[in-house]
Amino acid sequence: MSSPAIEIENLTKDYPFGFLHLKKKTSLEGLSMSVEDGEVFGFLGPNGAGKTTTIKLLVGLIFPTAGTAHILGKPISDISMHRDIGYLPEQPYFYDYLTAAELLDYFARFHEFTDTERRERVQRMLKKVGLETARKIQLRKYSKGMLQRVGLAQAILHDPKVVILDEPMSGLDPVGRREVRDIILELKNEGKTVMFSTHILSDAEMLCDRVGVIVGGKLRGIGAPDEIVDMKSHGMEILFEYGGGDANLRALLSTATQTGKRYRLQVPDEQVYATLEQLRSAGARILSMTQVKASLEEYFMHLVEADRAQAAAVEVSGK
Amino acid sequence: MNRVAVVAWNTFREAVRDRVLYNLVFFALVMMAAAVLVGQISIGIEQLVIVTLGLSAISVIGLLIAVFIGVSLVSKEMDKRTLYALLAKPVRRWEFLLGKFVGLVLTLALNTAAMAAGLFVVLRYVKPLERADLAVLVAVYFILLKLALVVALALLFSCYTTPLLAILFTAGLYVSGLFVEEMRTYRSETMTPAVRAILRWLSYVLPNFQNFDVMASAAHGRSIPGALILQNTAYAALYCTVLLASASVIFSRRNLK
Repeated sequence: MSSPAIEIENLTKDYPFGFLHLKKKTSLEGLSMSVEDGEVFGFLGPNGAGKTTTIKLLVGLIFPTAGTAHILGKPISDISMHRDIGYLPEQPYFYDYLTAAELLDYFARFHEFTDTERRERVQRMLKKVGLETARKIQLRKYSKGMLQRVGLAQAILHDPKVVILDEPMSGLDPVGRREVRDIILELKNEGKTVMFSTHILSDAEMLCDRVGVIVGGKLRGIGAPDEIVDMKSHGMEILFEYGGGDANLRALLSTATQTGKRYRLQVPDEQVYATLEQLRSAGARILSMTQVKASLEEYFMHLVEADRAQAAAVEVSGK
Repeated sequence: MNRVAVVAWNTFREAVRDRVLYNLVFFALVMMAAAVLVGQISIGIEQLVIVTLGLSAISVIGLLIAVFIGVSLVSKEMDKRTLYALLAKPVRRWEFLLGKFVGLVLTLALNTAAMAAGLFVVLRYVKPLERADLAVLVAVYFILLKLALVVALALLFSCYTTPLLAILFTAGLYVSGLFVEEMRTYRSETMTPAVRAILRWLSYVLPNFQNFDVMASAAHGRSIPGALILQNTAYAALYCTVLLASASVIFSRRNLK
């Protein structure tokens, strides 16, 4: 079995604050996890949970208070590791006096490309992120979505083995989000390891082999989306049309949500057939049936609420 | 070294695109006005007036650029977070700092050279050029050395404090550095031996900007000894190295929040 692409052990980050920096705020507490080679890993958490802190530690923008991390077997303090990683910062901002082509050319110069290779890569990346026509416009005239695309282009410009993206979908319209999703899938198909942070859970569910949920600086769950979320069926949701008239259905209808003639009804698995029979004999028209499962969002919200309740309890008890 | 050159070139490009070199227009206007006026009000001392005015303008304009842009070299990159994507590339932090320093010094060199050329044009307008005027070139070179030292100071301070404080510290040290001789030789009845010792020690530690001032010699057409040129070059190089090394040590440990 190949070694993990990213391996994090007990990573902790405290920020000193207050007069003389005597107090400290813990942004990340004893994070241990790994991202396997070739997988797409989603790093989930609410704002301020420690996602960006973790990513900044991995790319060497901040330094850990304790713990270690390795990318492709090299410690994060090793500068040579940066040849094999691509990084998109959160809400990226670049030199606005440069054009997209100039910026990519500038970043490409830090890698060992020949002049021809560099020019060819810049062209290819601009095309890939759909900025070919805007290549000669200064970045100060770019929209947020366009800057995000330039950010993605610079992150994958040098064909890195590990791509780390901090909130790659934030601020993008549906088209932009779709394009970013396609790029992430393309990277996966090329065998790259992708780690990205997000709070858009549907994106994570759609793209990720595994996700890690971080709340309050601590890792609260890690695994495949369908593993960490309780996948047991919670019954069926039946959507039907009914004109009314049958007194026997009154009790059933009182538990349903009504929109005009349409009713949405959630029933336990063991009562599904009996309910269907009841609806059929009353002349209702069944439109659809969907299995009810806990979503990643519910799981996520449950963790966040538990964390808030714990924080409130600590505050009340004064500990 | 290639990475330092890439950062330096981009810093130079930024200065040019941010219209830093527009100050040359201001300088040109000052020198043209001086050339017209000097013929009317100063008989026989044209060279003195033109050279003094020209060198002062080169120095003041250069100092403004060195302090304000010098401080913003790192702080602007941190504020705007343009540094994040760059430092995730295989670039060491000291390479980034050195590149920034070289880029601004290159900008200042070009700026100073253009102003010096303007000064010589005006000088030629009021009198024929002669060999003694080479002293003016040496004075311009010393100004450039001084500016490099100021950029290194600004860079050091901007690595660990706010831009405003960095500007104040750099300007403060520059002004103190103009009085190191006085610090060394000043005697007063009320001064205790301890204070005198501290002042003397400070006079050696602070950057000595007095040594770079040869304006009077240049204005009077007196030659400047080669030993002084060598001494000032070595002093600026050594002092800049110490400042940049200190800045690198501080910046390499800094968390980019």
